[in-house]
Amino acid sequence: MKPKLAFYWCASCGGCEEAVVDLAEKVLDVVAAVDIVFWPVALDFKRTDVEAMPDGSIAAAFINGAIRTSEQEEMAKLLRRKARIVVAFGACAQTGGVPGLANLYDRESLLRAVYSESPSTLNPEGTRPAPHYATNGAALELPVFWDRVRALGQVIPVDYSIPGCPPTPKLLADAVAALLTGSLPERGAVLAPDKALCEECPRRESKPDKLAITRFRRPHETLIETDRCLLAQGLLCLGPATRAGCEARCIQGNMPCTGCFGATSRVRDFGAKALSSIASLTGSNDEAEIIRILENIPDPVGTFYRYSLPAAPLPGKRPNRAGK
Amino acid sequence: MTKPSARIGVYICHCGTNIAGTINVAALREFAATLPGVIVARDYKYMCSDPGQELIKADIAQHGLERVVVAACSPHLHEHTFRTACEEAGLNPYLCHMVNIREHDSWVHSGEAATAKARDLLRAAVQRVAWNRPLERRSIPIRQSVLVVGGGIAGIHAALTLANAGKKVYLVEREPTIGGHMAMFDKTFPTLDCAACILTPKMTAVKDHPNITLWTYSEVIGVEGFVGDFKVRVRRKPRYVIEDLCVGCLECIEACVYKQPKFYDEFNQGLGKRKPIYIPFPQAVPQVVVIDPETCIEFKSGKCKKTCLEACGERQAIDFGQQETIETIEVGAIILATGYKAFDASRIPYYGYGVYPNVYTALEVERLINAAGPTGGELVLRDGRKPRSVGIVHCVGSRDEHTNRWCSRVCCMYSLKLAHLVKERTGAEVYNFYIDMRTPGKAFEEFYNRVAEEGVHFIRGKVADVYPAETDGRLILRAEDTLLGQVRKIPVDMVILATGLEPQADATEVRRLFNISCSSEGWFLERHPKLAPVNTFTDGIFLAGCCQGPKDIPDTVAQAGAAAAEAMQLLDTGSIELEPNTAYVLEEVCSGCKTCVGLCPYNAISFLPEKNVAQVNEALCKGCGTCVAACPSASIRQHLFEDEQIFEEVVGVLA
Repeated sequence: MKPKLAFYWCASCGGCEEAVVDLAEKVLDVVAAVDIVFWPVALDFKRTDVEAMPDGSIAAAFINGAIRTSEQEEMAKLLRRKARIVVAFGACAQTGGVPGLANLYDRESLLRAVYSESPSTLNPEGTRPAPHYATNGAALELPVFWDRVRALGQVIPVDYSIPGCPPTPKLLADAVAALLTGSLPERGAVLAPDKALCEECPRRESKPDKLAITRFRRPHETLIETDRCLLAQGLLCLGPATRAGCEARCIQGNMPCTGCFGATSRVRDFGAKALSSIASLTGSNDEAEIIRILENIPDPVGTFYRYSLPAAPLPGKRPNRAGK
Repeated sequence: MTKPSARIGVYICHCGTNIAGTINVAALREFAATLPGVIVARDYKYMCSDPGQELIKADIAQHGLERVVVAACSPHLHEHTFRTACEEAGLNPYLCHMVNIREHDSWVHSGEAATAKARDLLRAAVQRVAWNRPLERRSIPIRQSVLVVGGGIAGIHAALTLANAGKKVYLVEREPTIGGHMAMFDKTFPTLDCAACILTPKMTAVKDHPNITLWTYSEVIGVEGFVGDFKVRVRRKPRYVIEDLCVGCLECIEACVYKQPKFYDEFNQGLGKRKPIYIPFPQAVPQVVVIDPETCIEFKSGKCKKTCLEACGERQAIDFGQQETIETIEVGAIILATGYKAFDASRIPYYGYGVYPNVYTALEVERLINAAGPTGGELVLRDGRKPRSVGIVHCVGSRDEHTNRWCSRVCCMYSLKLAHLVKERTGAEVYNFYIDMRTPGKAFEEFYNRVAEEGVHFIRGKVADVYPAETDGRLILRAEDTLLGQVRKIPVDMVILATGLEPQADATEVRRLFNISCSSEGWFLERHPKLAPVNTFTDGIFLAGCCQGPKDIPDTVAQAGAAAAEAMQLLDTGSIELEPNTAYVLEEVCSGCKTCVGLCPYNAISFLPEKNVAQVNEALCKGCGTCVAACPSASIRQHLFEDEQIFEEVVGVLA
């Protein structure tokens, strides 16, 4: 009997699903080797189908997206019971991802912004989503919107992570191959190299021994040279702080690394580490001048914690205790 | 990494009542005994005493302790003590960790809060020490040479002491001659020795000493390295005269196209004039002339007849094309003797310095009464008259919250000396206006009495104003005589301002250059005011003379001798043990991003292109941690400050 695989999505954009689809013709090899028993984005299975499976009957569940609602939490816990291996697939599942930046605000502020204050909202009754709603004798249940966004590993035990926003099809194919051949590493591992991106950067040779950045430039502010280290051009490239394994795709597209592969295993706080290293490259010893240079960086939290705020030691605004 | 298990001993020091008077040490001991891994916990009156150390040693032997935590004073004071005790008992010294519950706790907190903080700090230390690993110290040889910065009496004495002991000395002075302020003085208090008579033999000895390399007109511009192995860059400014060829005949000065001296003479405080080619004073060392390019016609127009060149003749010592050179020297120790700057009297407008011609500073009067000075030793007013009455104002720029709060220590005594000399040379009436008469040195009070018996007047009161009399143009000093209880107005011909001592204008830059500390006033900071008065917080750098604070010549010489002795002791140790808390690169995971390479303040990191990794030179690494913090992939770690150790400490303190 072929091993069973499940794919599921939580708080995500769908990009990780695209990564699966991007296996292209390789997906046929995967389907030949495994049975996909659950994949809501592509195949029509219901939650009850999963509930009916014996515990531990799925070889591996690839779950992408962060955990924001009660439904996502329930599904994560259900798949944890049914699957022998759970893989956090992509940055949101691994460390909270872009949806995790919502942790800069509490739930009330978010709901108020979306249902009352945004310029395009017309909601004079102040209607808000409610978990229970009854009308004309029919009852409607909606998932509860938790106060916080959490990474998958903060909700259920996770066996492996595959980083990226989204992960590359190669990493997925390698992971499935390792699963089928029984060559997965020790549990808890991130299935990508444990060095920083500079290692595999095609522009590595052009990086100077000493960088002294006096002005950070955003990509639209400058004509970016295609063959020179982006940091040397004043672009905020997080490659030195970011795990390799993406084949430097953004760099090859002439865009700086934004850090979606997260930190190496030795770093506890990606944002703090990246900030510390970038700040050390400022080309001045004068405090006022350093501040001026760093003020070139718009939205520091959104820049340095773009993919990892919920998993950070300081994970955002303190949760509203009444919210959950 | 899994948490290591270790047998830990905890020792809590009472430090007499310093700690035990505030912190409940018995409760702290009982708490420590409950912490995971702690086999034995004790408190003792003085852990640093021999019996205290014996407690630790005995427990290591008896209980097989693998880690030791000592909660006591600052590691600055006794970390070495306790590490050594552990080492003597067979435990690697770096498995011993100190907790500062004195400076960080009992001295700054009170009540239950102090004991609670001690518990947190202790828990943190116990959690971190389990992760400590044995480390080995490295030993490097100490270079057998010393750099002395500053060629005043402090630098001269330190250099000669070291050189006479057989040490190689580089003496660097930024002026064209050594001698410093002392060379400007006429006599010295209280013995009235002629300053030049006692100083110039020492200056000559410096020049002639085979162990001393004297570089005047030179400045230190860069310092790298560390105790035992400093690399110092020195800029030698062009004096446009080749030092080795100039014989000091001074014929070139005579031959200068300027027949009369007409430029500001720095050595004589501007009271005299000099030519563009000059020697600061007759006994200058080295006896080498210097050309001032700001005033020399050849430099300004290129059209001078260059009569100086003709006078120099075959000696060919004058070189208008001379360029500055940068020399690099390697020394084992450095003595800073950069001196002081006299207070700028014009900062106190009501004393009229720079406004009324006959208001002088003390240093100007030193030059006027000096036989080698601009008047040949005649004390005269600007118009050539001899003064018949002189007022000396004490504490100008000292003991005043509007200028400097400190007492400059020497002004009372040099004012008495000037009073004596003025009376001796001119027979003038001399009035000293003082706040308090400070004469605490050997034979100082006797000198005060002598000067008083000579008929010098003393008025206890701070001068409030100096202004010209409407009738005869003499200067009136107005002060409240606090002994008489009335305001007095005393007309005099000459006012002498006893200006105080200030840190050099560039003290902050010099401090940064040598990486030492300053007091808030700008004096270089000694390591300990009582027990390490010539050491700095930077190993291998010592202080001598007024750069550390105002002092007189005897104290300066004593301190210079002490600094020389400290440097000598260091050099004679032969080698130095370096702390092993260095950084190291995890080569197998380094991505070669080079972030660290340019950051290292000690140039200890190099990039190996063939392996695409960074490498730390352990002999150069000082363990500052800059690269560890900056490494974006956490591929640089540091001994004794490993991530696990720091995080366990943080978790422990917050638990």
